[in-house]
Amino acid sequence: MHSANVTKRYESWGRYPKPEHAAVEHMRWCHDPPDFATLDHTVLPFGYGRSYGDSCLNNGGILLDITELRRLIDFDAEKGIIRCEAGITLAELLDFIVPHGWFLPVTPGTKFISIGGAIANDVHGKNHHVDGTFGCHVTQFELLRSSGEHLICSPQENSELYRATIGGLGLTGIITWAEFTLKPILSAYVDMERIRFGNLEEFFALADESAEDYIYTVGWLDCLSQGKNFGRGLYTRGNHHDPPLDAVINDIQAKPKITLPIDFPNFAINTLTVKAFNEVYYRSQLSKIIRGVVHYDPFFYPLDVANDWNRLYGKRGFMQYQCVVPYKDSLEPIKEIIRRIGVSGQGSPLVVFKIFGDVESPGMLSFPRPGVTLALDFPNNGQRTLTLLEDLDRIVRESGGAKYPAKDAHMSFESFEISYPNWQEFAQHIDPMFSSSFWRRMMAGREQIC
Amino acid sequence: MLKILVVGGSSAIAHEAARHFAADGGSLFLVDIDAEKLDAVAADLRTRGAAKVETHVLDVTAIDQHQAMLDAAIASLDGLDAVLIAYGTLGKQEESQADVSVALREMNINLISVIALLTIVANHFEAQKRGCIAAISSVAGDRGRQSNYVYGTAKAGVSAFMQGLRNRLAKSGVSVVTIKPGMVDTPMTAHMKKTPLFSKPHVVGKAIYDGMRQGRGVVYAPWYWRFVMLIIRNIPEPIFKRMSL
Ligand SMILES: Cc1cc2nc3c(=O)[nH]c(=O)nc-3n(C[C@H](O)[C@H](O)[C@H](O)COP(=O)(O)OP(=O)(O)OC[C@H]3O[C@@H](n4cnc5c(N)ncnc54)[C@H](O)[C@@H]3O)c2cc1C
Ligand SMILES: NC(=O)c1ccc[n+]([C@@H]2O[C@H](COP(=O)([O-])OP(=O)(O)OC[C@H]3O[C@@H](n4cnc5c(N)ncnc54)[C@H](OP(=O)(O)O)[C@@H]3O)[C@@H](O)[C@H]2O)c1
Repeated sequence: MHSANVTKRYESWGRYPKPEHAAVEHMRWCHDPPDFATLDHTVLPFGYGRSYGDSCLNNGGILLDITELRRLIDFDAEKGIIRCEAGITLAELLDFIVPHGWFLPVTPGTKFISIGGAIANDVHGKNHHVDGTFGCHVTQFELLRSSGEHLICSPQENSELYRATIGGLGLTGIITWAEFTLKPILSAYVDMERIRFGNLEEFFALADESAEDYIYTVGWLDCLSQGKNFGRGLYTRGNHHDPPLDAVINDIQAKPKITLPIDFPNFAINTLTVKAFNEVYYRSQLSKIIRGVVHYDPFFYPLDVANDWNRLYGKRGFMQYQCVVPYKDSLEPIKEIIRRIGVSGQGSPLVVFKIFGDVESPGMLSFPRPGVTLALDFPNNGQRTLTLLEDLDRIVRESGGAKYPAKDAHMSFESFEISYPNWQEFAQHIDPMFSSSFWRRMMAGREQIC
Repeated sequence: MLKILVVGGSSAIAHEAARHFAADGGSLFLVDIDAEKLDAVAADLRTRGAAKVETHVLDVTAIDQHQAMLDAAIASLDGLDAVLIAYGTLGKQEESQADVSVALREMNINLISVIALLTIVANHFEAQKRGCIAAISSVAGDRGRQSNYVYGTAKAGVSAFMQGLRNRLAKSGVSVVTIKPGMVDTPMTAHMKKTPLFSKPHVVGKAIYDGMRQGRGVVYAPWYWRFVMLIIRNIPEPIFKRMSL
C-alpha cells in the first residue's frame, strides 16, 4: 500500500462506541486554524483514528481533521533531527528517513498513525525498555490554543504545557508541528530471533536475559491454555541489522533477502473462537529458536498488510484491553489476569506481552511505567464483555497498575484516577474549547473538580 | 537537474508533483497567491532534497505582471527547463449562471490568465528550442455538463490552446503536456461529497511528473479517465442532453 493511502473514517479503530459528530473541520495549513470564535461546540484533533476506544472521539462535538498537515519542515541528516507537520504518517516519514539511514525513535505496531497522535498518546513500542516512549524524543512542538496563541513547547519553553501535551489526549490544543530525534540505522533490516517459551517464568527469564542486548523485545502469549501449558508463547527480539561492508545504503529499501513468516495476527482475528489455533500456532514453530534477517515492515507492522482488519469484527466493533502491572514483587496479579481471560473464552487467543522499562517520559498522563504490559482484543459482546473487563480492571487497580486510554472504551473513573494520580494537575492545562468522549466519560459528575 | 517554474505552486496537486522533482534534486520557483502557504510548501520541498526553492507571490489575474514573474524565475533559477501551470478555482456553477460577472471572473482565472502566461512561456521556450510546458486542464473540459460547464469551458479552452501550442512547438523541440485529472480530493473539492471516483492528489502528482519527464501529449490522471471520457464524449447529444451530469 502506498504510504499516502491510509484509510480513514471518523470513528475509532475498535468502532465502538459509535459517535455522532456535529461536524468535521479540516485544518490544512499550520498558520490557518479554524475560527474558534464561530464554533459552538467543543473541538478535538483527529489523526487516523488508530486509537481503539473513545479518546479520539468527540461525540456531539467537532472533530478537527489534521491529516492534511503533512509537510516536512526541516531535516538534519547529520544529527538525525526532523521537524514536520503533525498530520504526517509514520509511514510517509519512514519512506523519507530510512534511505537517509535513520529510523523512528519509537514506533507502535502500526505505521498508519500521525505524529500528533504519537505525541498525544505518548505511544510506546518494542524498545520501551531501552528508549522509553515517543515523547522522550520530542525536542519541541508548536501548540495552537483556541485563544489563537501559537506556543512553542519544549523542556525549556512552556515546559508545563509540553509535559501536559505529551500523552495529553488531544485536550491541550492542536499540535501543528513537532521536532524529534531519530535513531541511526545501517540497513532497513532487523536481525530477529523468535524463541518458544513454556510458561511465564521462562518469559521473564528471557526478558531479563534480552534486556541488555536487544533493543526490540515482545512476547506473544497463548492465554487459552491452562494447566501445564499455562503461560506459554513466543518471544521475539531483535536489533537493527548491520549490513556487511559491501552493502550500500541505497539498498536500504530493497526487498528482504530472507523472510520469516510473521503474519500471525491476521489468523488471530479470523479464528477468535478456535482454540485449536493456538496449538497450531505454537507448534508451528518446531524448533525452540529461529533466527533471520527481516525487513522492518514485517517486523514492526505485521498487521498493516491487512488493510481495515478491524472491520472483521463486524458492526458491533471490539474493545482493546491494555494494562500495565508491576511484577517485581509478585507474578500473581498478571497470572490472575491471564487466567481470567483464558477461562472467559472471550478474548483473542493471542496476547501481546512486554516488559516496560524505567525510562521516564516527560508526559504528565503518560501510560507506560515499569511493569509488564498486556494487550488483546475482545469482540464486543455487550454487558458480558464489560463485566469481564471491569473484573480485570479491579485486579489492575489492586496491583497498582494502570490502563491505557488510547485503548479504552470502558474504564471507570476509579481506574483512571489510580492510573493517573496527577490528572488534576493535567486538567489545568486543558484548552477550554477542547474535549473528547473519553474525557467527558471520566469527568461525568466531576466537573466541579477541574 | 531540472529547473522548474510552478505557477499555482501551493496547489495540493502541484505540490505532489513537485515532491518528485525535489527528490530528484531539481530547483523550483513557486508562484501562488498566498505567501504563508508558499513558505510551507517550499520548506517541504527543500527538506525533500530540492537544490533550490524560491517563492514569489502573485495574483495571476494581474496579467501585466506575468513577464516580470517569468523573468524573475529565469534569473533566480539561472535558466528554465519546465513550467507547470496548476492554479485554478472551482466556482459554484449556480453563481456563474446567475451572475455574468462571476462567470467572467472564473474565465479570467482559469482561461484568460492561463492563455496570457502560456503565450510568454511558449515564446521563451520556442526561442531556446527546448523545454516542457505542462498545464493542468480537466476532464471537465472534454464535454460540457450542466453541473460545471463554466469551469468546463475554461478548461476546454486551455486544452485547445495547449493542443495548438503542441502543434506549433513540436518543431522547436518543446514538449507541451496537457494534464486532465478526474475528480481529486483537494481543497478545491472540499465541499463535494467524496465518492469512489475521487483520486488522491499524490496519484495525480505522480502522473504529472511522469508525463512531464516523458514529454507526453495528453495525460489523463488517473489513466482510466481517458476511457471514461471516451465513453462520455461519444454519448449522442440527443441522449446526453437529457442526462443529469
Ligand atoms: C494495529 C495497531 C497497533 C498499535 N500498536 C500500538 C503500540 O504498540 N503502542 C502504542 O502506544 N499504541 C499502539 N496503537 C495505538 C496508536 O498508536 C495510538 O492510538 C495513536 O495515538 C493513534 O494515532 P492517530 O494518528 O490515529 O490518532 P487518533 O487515534 O486519531 O487520535 C489519537 C489522539 O491524538 C490526538 N491528536 C491527534 N492529532 C493531534 C494533533 N495534531 N494535536 C493534538 N492532538 C492530536 C487526538 O485528539 C486523540 O486524542 C496501535 C494501534 C493499532 C491500530
Ligand atoms: N481537484 C480536482 O478535482 C481537480 C480536477 C481537475 C483539475 N483540477 C485542476 O488542478 C489544478 C490544481 O487544483 P487543486 O485541486 O490542487 O486545488 P488547490 O489546492 O485549491 O489549488 C489551487 C491553487 O490555485 C491558487 N489560486 C487560486 N486563485 C489564484 C490566483 N488568482 N492567483 C494565484 N493563485 C491562485 C490557490 O491559492 P489559494 O488556495 O491560496 O487561493 C491554490 O493554491 C487546478 O487547475 C484545477 O482546476 C482539479
